[in-house]
Amino acid sequence: MPELDAVDRKIIDELQGGFPLCDEPYAAAAAQLGISGDELLGRLRRLLDARVLTRFGPLVQIERMGGAFVLAALRVPEERYDEVAGLVNALPQVAHNYRREHALNMWFVLATETPAGIGAAIARIEEATGLPVYAFPKEREYFVEMKLAARA
Amino acid sequence: MSDAPKLDAIDRALIVATQGGLPLAARPYRLVGEQVGVSAEEVMARLRAMLDAGIIRRIGAVPNHYAIGWTANGMTVWDVADERVDELGGRVGSLDFVTHCYRRPRALPDWPYNLFAMVHGNSRDEVRDQAARIAALLGDASRGGDILFSTRILKKTGLRIQVAAD
Repeated sequence: MPELDAVDRKIIDELQGGFPLCDEPYAAAAAQLGISGDELLGRLRRLLDARVLTRFGPLVQIERMGGAFVLAALRVPEERYDEVAGLVNALPQVAHNYRREHALNMWFVLATETPAGIGAAIARIEEATGLPVYAFPKEREYFVEMKLAARA
Repeated sequence: MSDAPKLDAIDRALIVATQGGLPLAARPYRLVGEQVGVSAEEVMARLRAMLDAGIIRRIGAVPNHYAIGWTANGMTVWDVADERVDELGGRVGSLDFVTHCYRRPRALPDWPYNLFAMVHGNSRDEVRDQAARIAALLGDASRGGDILFSTRILKKTGLRIQVAAD
C-alpha cells in the first residue's frame, strides 16, 4: 500500500465531492485544505500515478441520462479465469469487474447508455465466453454512498 | 427512462471530455471548454446544471478503496422475505459501514438472495462482524445469507460513454 501522509488523507477524505466550479478550482479547493494550488495538483498527480485514486473528476449517474447499470455475474471455470476476464473486460460497457469467492466468481457492472444496451452486452459476453450471464438489475436502491475515508 | 433530463450534444461532449478525469491544470474548465468549443463559464454552468439534475453525482476524487486502507470488501447478500425487504433494506442501508444497499431479483435455484449490502473494513474479521450486525438486524426475516469477499479488482474504469450522439 502506498504511504499516505496526513495531507494526502485530508485530500482523499475532503475532496470526494464538492470540487468547486470556478475559474481556478484547484487553488480554491487547496485553500480549504490549507495548502497551495500547486501542491494540491502535485499531490493529485502522485495519488493518481500511484493508483490511490482511480480518477479525479465528475462521477456520472448514467440512469439519469436514460441509461442503465446492471450488476451481473459469471461462474467461470478456474482454468479459464484469466481468459474470460480478458473477454469481459474488453467490452467498454463493463465499468468494473471483481473476482469474488463464490461459485459465481466474477462480478461486474454493465453501464450502458440505453436499457437495450444491457441485453446486447450480455449477449456479447455469453457469445464470447460460452457461459451464461446472471443479471441482477437493481429493483430498489436503499442507499448509495461511495465516500470512504482514508484509514491510517 | 422517459423522465430523464434531456442532454444536448454539448452536455454529452462535456461528459465524454471529463469522464476520464478533469485536466490537472490551474484552469481545468477553460481547457475542457477549448476542447469542446465553449467558454469556461458555459462549462461550469452546464456542470452545475447536471449536478443539480443528478446526472453528475459529484465532482472530486475517486479513491481505490484498497489503496486507502479498506482492504477487505464484502458483498453481503441475504434472502429476505419479500414483504419485509423494503423496510429492512432501508435500515441496513443506514448502517455506517454499508456503502451500497439494493434489492435485486433472485436467480433460483442457484441464487436465493434478494438483498445486497456492500460493506468495507480493514480485515475480513471486521467485515464478518459487520455481516453479523446485519444478520442481527434482519432477524428471522432472513432465511440465510452469505459474504462474497473480493480478491482482485479485474477492471475499474467507471463509466465510459461513447462519443456517438443519439
